[in-house]
Amino acid sequence: MTATGLITAREAVRLIKTGDTVMVGGFGLVGAPLTLIDALADHSDATDLTVISNNIGEPGKGLGKLLRQGRIRRGISSFFTSNPEAVAAVNAGEMEATLLPQGTFAEAIRAGGAGIGGFFTPVAAGTLLAEGKEERLIDGVPHVLESPIRADVALVFAARADTLGNLWYRHTARNFNPLMATAARIAIAEAGEIVPAGELEPESIVTPHLYVDYLVARP
Amino acid sequence: MSPVSDPKTLIAARAAQELYPGEVVNLGIGIPNLIPEHLGADTKIFLHTENGLLGVGPRPTEDELDPDLVDAAKRPITALPGASYFDSASSFAMIRGGHVDVAVLGALQVSERGDIANWAIPGKDVMGVGGAMDLVVGANRVVVTMISTTPSGEAKLVRECTFPLTAREAVDIVVTEHAVFRFRDGSLVLTELLGGATVEDVDRVTEASYTVDLEG
Repeated sequence: MTATGLITAREAVRLIKTGDTVMVGGFGLVGAPLTLIDALADHSDATDLTVISNNIGEPGKGLGKLLRQGRIRRGISSFFTSNPEAVAAVNAGEMEATLLPQGTFAEAIRAGGAGIGGFFTPVAAGTLLAEGKEERLIDGVPHVLESPIRADVALVFAARADTLGNLWYRHTARNFNPLMATAARIAIAEAGEIVPAGELEPESIVTPHLYVDYLVARP
Repeated sequence: MSPVSDPKTLIAARAAQELYPGEVVNLGIGIPNLIPEHLGADTKIFLHTENGLLGVGPRPTEDELDPDLVDAAKRPITALPGASYFDSASSFAMIRGGHVDVAVLGALQVSERGDIANWAIPGKDVMGVGGAMDLVVGANRVVVTMISTTPSGEAKLVRECTFPLTAREAVDIVVTEHAVFRFRDGSLVLTELLGGATVEDVDRVTEASYTVDLEG
């Protein structure tokens, strides 16, 4: 899509339906699309969600809000531990958890957005996290087959967007955001600032606008 | 040099000597994070943090605090001149692709073959691995910094890891408060004694079998 629509956070979260898989950017709360997450928690009834995010927020913050509402059926993350309530929910059988090494998690999303059907990585070979996965020796080194990850909707944050939906990220708030913008049927970017097209230097654009379907201004 | 009493400081100071000018280094949480204090002002070592920065600088002053600038432990940092930012897939491509020279990290157990367990304790939650597996598999050199025993006195250099593995045969160097060990051709070798320890002292807190080949 090339005509990126500017919509409100409430309109954005209406695009998320019960049973959907939702990708959410951010490393903890750094670079997380907090306006969109809050709108999802406060103005949407969508439940039974699969959430793909490096962490499940913090207690009562970010995705931690959604978790407290019991709306996350399954989490796919590299570090649930940063929210003890997420760990408790898994132990209580209230949420399924799929744990991936962080680099595998990132690469699986990249692959999902890039049309790659899977990849072999040496990471996790011979460990608990390789159980049930195909292993293959490549140049004598055990590798594990990992599958791509895609979502129905991606919620990402960028410090700056232009009106076409080109995105620029700031410092370490970039993290998983550019990857997730590529790997969902609908990508919604929350932007700290929205400038006219042409004002971002073309060379500084990290996410070209063809990935972005909707823009939401952070208030 | 003044005597170092705190074992963690001793370990960090010794581990710092394993890093060389021009190297790209990723420091884990805990003792590795004490290493920058022992690197000196102009070490030409480039610190990489897996959440997307090459060129980590010192801790920020209050005025320099920036919510968009954190390390992998989500603590505030600064970025040095010449630093660069990248997304998480690129960051781990650097790690797996062998572009990060050294990973320094803590461990719960290291086996005599160089297996490492540092992300989960059996019977407790096994729900946070972060970048640990990627780092120990990908970095060209893996330096483990750890106190030689658990708080209850059990050896952490063991024959076989009983905790969930992070990776097999991945460790190159282990620095404890008593000694430096190196893996040579897959075998554990005690190469240096620290803090006035004797081989007998080391033996008391080491379950793994090793040979002794003291340097110097």
